[in-house]
Amino acid sequence: MNELVRRGAGEIARAVRSGEVRAREVADAVLERVDAVDDRVGAYLTPLHELARAHADRVDRRLRDGEALPLAGVPLAIKDNMCVTGTRTTCASKILEDWVAPYTATAVARMLAAGCIPIGKTNLDEFAMGSSCENSALGVTRNPYDPSRVPGGSSGGSSAAVAACEAAIGLGSDTGGSIREPGAFCNLVGFKPTYGRISRYGLIAFASSLDQIGPLTRCVEDAALAYDVMAGYDPMDATSIDRPVEPAAPALRESLEGLRVGIVREFDTQKLGSELDGIYRQAYRDLQALGAELVDVALPTADYGLATYYLIAPAECSSNLARFDGVRYGLRVDADDVQAMYERTRAAGFGPEVKRRILIGTHALSSGYYDAYYVRAQKARTLIAGDFERAFERCDAIACPAASQAAFTFNAKSDPYSMYMMDYYTIPMSLAGLPALSVPCGWTTPPGGTLPMPLGLQLCAPLFAERLLLGAAHAYERSTQHARRHEPPVEAVSR
Amino acid sequence: MSYEAVIGIECHVELRTRTKMFCGCANEFGGEPNTKVCPVCLGMPGALPVPNATAIEHTIRAGLAFGSQIPAFSKFDRKNYFYPDMPKDYQISQYDMPLTVGGEVKYWLDDGTMKSCGLTRIHLEEDTGKSAHAGSGDGRIAGSAYSLVDFNRAGVPLMECVSEPQIHTAADAVAYLEALRRTLLQLGVSDVKMEEGSLRCDANVSIRPVGSAQLGTKTEIKNMNSFRSVHRAIESEIERQIAVLESGGRVVQETRGWDEVRGTTHSMRSKEEAHDYRYFPDPDLVPLEISRERVDAIAARMPELPWQRFERYAAQYGLAPNAATQLIDNLALAEFFDRVAEASRNPHQAANFVLGDLSRLANESSRPVAESAVEPEHVAELIALVESKTINSKIAKELLGRMWEGGGSPKHIVESEGLAQTSDPAAVEAFVDGVLSANPKVVADYKAGKTNVVGFLVGQVMKASRGKADPALVNELLAKKLR
Amino acid sequence: MSSDTIDVRYVAKLARIALTDEEVERFGAQLADLLAHVDALAELDTNAVAATAQVVESRNVFRSDDPAPCLDRETVLSGAPQRQGGFFRVPRIIAE
Repeated sequence: MNELVRRGAGEIARAVRSGEVRAREVADAVLERVDAVDDRVGAYLTPLHELARAHADRVDRRLRDGEALPLAGVPLAIKDNMCVTGTRTTCASKILEDWVAPYTATAVARMLAAGCIPIGKTNLDEFAMGSSCENSALGVTRNPYDPSRVPGGSSGGSSAAVAACEAAIGLGSDTGGSIREPGAFCNLVGFKPTYGRISRYGLIAFASSLDQIGPLTRCVEDAALAYDVMAGYDPMDATSIDRPVEPAAPALRESLEGLRVGIVREFDTQKLGSELDGIYRQAYRDLQALGAELVDVALPTADYGLATYYLIAPAECSSNLARFDGVRYGLRVDADDVQAMYERTRAAGFGPEVKRRILIGTHALSSGYYDAYYVRAQKARTLIAGDFERAFERCDAIACPAASQAAFTFNAKSDPYSMYMMDYYTIPMSLAGLPALSVPCGWTTPPGGTLPMPLGLQLCAPLFAERLLLGAAHAYERSTQHARRHEPPVEAVSR
Repeated sequence: MSYEAVIGIECHVELRTRTKMFCGCANEFGGEPNTKVCPVCLGMPGALPVPNATAIEHTIRAGLAFGSQIPAFSKFDRKNYFYPDMPKDYQISQYDMPLTVGGEVKYWLDDGTMKSCGLTRIHLEEDTGKSAHAGSGDGRIAGSAYSLVDFNRAGVPLMECVSEPQIHTAADAVAYLEALRRTLLQLGVSDVKMEEGSLRCDANVSIRPVGSAQLGTKTEIKNMNSFRSVHRAIESEIERQIAVLESGGRVVQETRGWDEVRGTTHSMRSKEEAHDYRYFPDPDLVPLEISRERVDAIAARMPELPWQRFERYAAQYGLAPNAATQLIDNLALAEFFDRVAEASRNPHQAANFVLGDLSRLANESSRPVAESAVEPEHVAELIALVESKTINSKIAKELLGRMWEGGGSPKHIVESEGLAQTSDPAAVEAFVDGVLSANPKVVADYKAGKTNVVGFLVGQVMKASRGKADPALVNELLAKKLR
Repeated sequence: MSSDTIDVRYVAKLARIALTDEEVERFGAQLADLLAHVDALAELDTNAVAATAQVVESRNVFRSDDPAPCLDRETVLSGAPQRQGGFFRVPRIIAE
């Protein structure tokens, strides 16, 4: 494969800006890679060859005109729950299978304005509900490190694309872990900023009080560059925070001297089996070796995270997905009267996981159950956020696993609740709105498997401490370089 | 058995803002369907609402005008239900923390009696799209084959005003609505036109035996498209409920639609169970915190409200109710009147001139009184001239006409043209004597019994005096001399 | 809070999703399982706690009453499952 596709975003941008290579060359190389491997990876639902070339040519022109483009020529994979004008935007659902978006999400627009090249719309669990990408109704995505395993979810497509060098940055969305978990499964940095830091305008909503867009990249520097471009107030999103963004890319550090890192008592890694326990303990020691002071912290209500999340998120999604009714856009299954039309359309258009969540969410909000379920969950949420606040009085960042295991095989988690458990470590941070990321921390060959699979270390920081978070992750990555240990065995087929 | 009706009124008022409640699409009546829409008000995937600051301001002003409390905290909630004119299949509304709480609407009846009805709350929400039903032959939803939906109206800011059930007659209901409408119109927060849908109302009607403290079962009456419909519909429903009870039946709690043509209400009972709206705070929006300072600043800019003006006109000026109402419905005219009344210190005459001759001149020339060449101070002058009997009413009327055309001080005109009327008894008597001696036959007719010829004689005196004789004096002298 | 069995048919009606008998049974079991896990929340003492309104404190976010461009009608209606002239067309609405 053309070595251009291996380069990170920072590298590509520097090369394109300096004139070493044109944006169009990068685009062509990446598109060639997509053509070569995506039939096996299945990252893209809709590749955007023409659009990519048009954007690349435009970037080359803009550079000639003297524009400063921080992400010039960087190939971008876009999760298919983000609207991009003129592109099919499906949420991996039959209900939007042919819908073409008439506007572009703010976060995506900012990336494109910075010089990114849109390579295509990537696969996801339908409406971002899932932790493996298996809930997609429109395609199968395979983990580039082992095609018999899932890439994780819900941002499985963007993760696989970046891991297989079919893009340098993948945009994902994270509600309960949907960037961090697939990031961990695919040997990537998966970063979710503070809730409200990146605009949700144009991100097709799953759970409004939890959703955030974030980057999936092959190194921390790239994640920081993407964050610096996307973050900041958007008047089209009333929940976006109007607060200055301190750029993270210039603050990447090499030592963790002076940093107190909290190790969560309740997240005892012994529960993960001896091999994973060993890997995480080593990761914590590596943090220490960089100068960090490890501090024991408690999150007593963290165990209630799953129950809290699986009431709040479905409740919000049951309302957010009501608009898919066959009236104004998307799939319609006809009937004699409109109510029957709704029922048939939504029955045909939504997959089982989406239906389950809509049902449980509707139930949690319904008369007689609202206080016992929804309100109670929002109170539990306050307790969880409070636990983090107290923990952060004693530490500057928290370290823990990103997931309880490496990527599993297809159909391994057919029981819904066992799938929900994949979000165990990531959900509490989402509920508290905290910035968090996953960074590669080791490898394991899972039982029954033959190929080494990556593991992710989750780091989490207080609200708005993205600079500190990315800075620390960079130090860890730089000194341990776990990601480099194995290449994804996805080879180009010579044509 | 005599019954008392208990009525509550629920109004939806479209606010007068340039743009919709949660997006920047134009808030305008009319236009080609689906031309004032965007991803937000169409409920497209990924779109998000951002509240219109002016709509919130309007609602607070309306609340303050009705003496409502403005709580320090307010929020938006989602009201979830499925309907084709609902772009998101939920409506952004307010559930348990509305922008205003309490208050009252002071209204007056035709005879001038002031009454009031409490307000429960006013909250802010977004309007739905509009559907037109086809295939049933009469545009009605029942029996239609399909419907056509236009989302231009979807997202328009809507104020919902809920009254306490303190109204007891259809006439009161209409008077309440008139007062509500007048106030909102004066504040400039809405056009409040029922015919354009910027004011819509439903009535909750129940009856109970006179003297009973318990409320009867209520029905909700919809589809009343004018104040007259409201009156007729409420009266019809009261009659219907009385008939039901007197025949031994029970009133069913339901929604009933008013049929303008048949003059009755009919049940709109749906086949489904009651809606479970599953209200919850809208996570796409953040709460509103309304400071005391802001509320005080808005309250400080409150103009004199219709009911306050009515009280002033009735109590202070002693104007008749319909005269007061006429003025209240025309603010510019009322302000003109106020200046005339103050300058002349004769509000009755001021009202007479302003609502009488001046309004007639205004209608004839299609120019409002306030925009004419007539100065209020000059009308006051005119009143003074009439009061002092310097001129008679006929001359006054002529002068008014001339002032309408070219402005000017009537006092000045009277002086320069010598139009002052003759009240000097000797001079008038001379005219009277002259006319009597010149018309002996008429005098004889009068003495023979034809008393109506006195009009002719008065006319002759006025002619001889070139209109300047004091008519009262003329009549007095004639009566004396013809005895 | 008890783990009442969820009335799947009622909830599906509210959510306007037609379910087969098999789905009613299957989802009923899966959702009951989830609710049983969710019941754990009853162990928490939430009496003195306020429900989270938003994660990040924010108040009074508005826009000024200024017009913004709207979508052109062809774009709007091009995605419509059924249109008639300038309108969206839907099957008959049974009167409420």
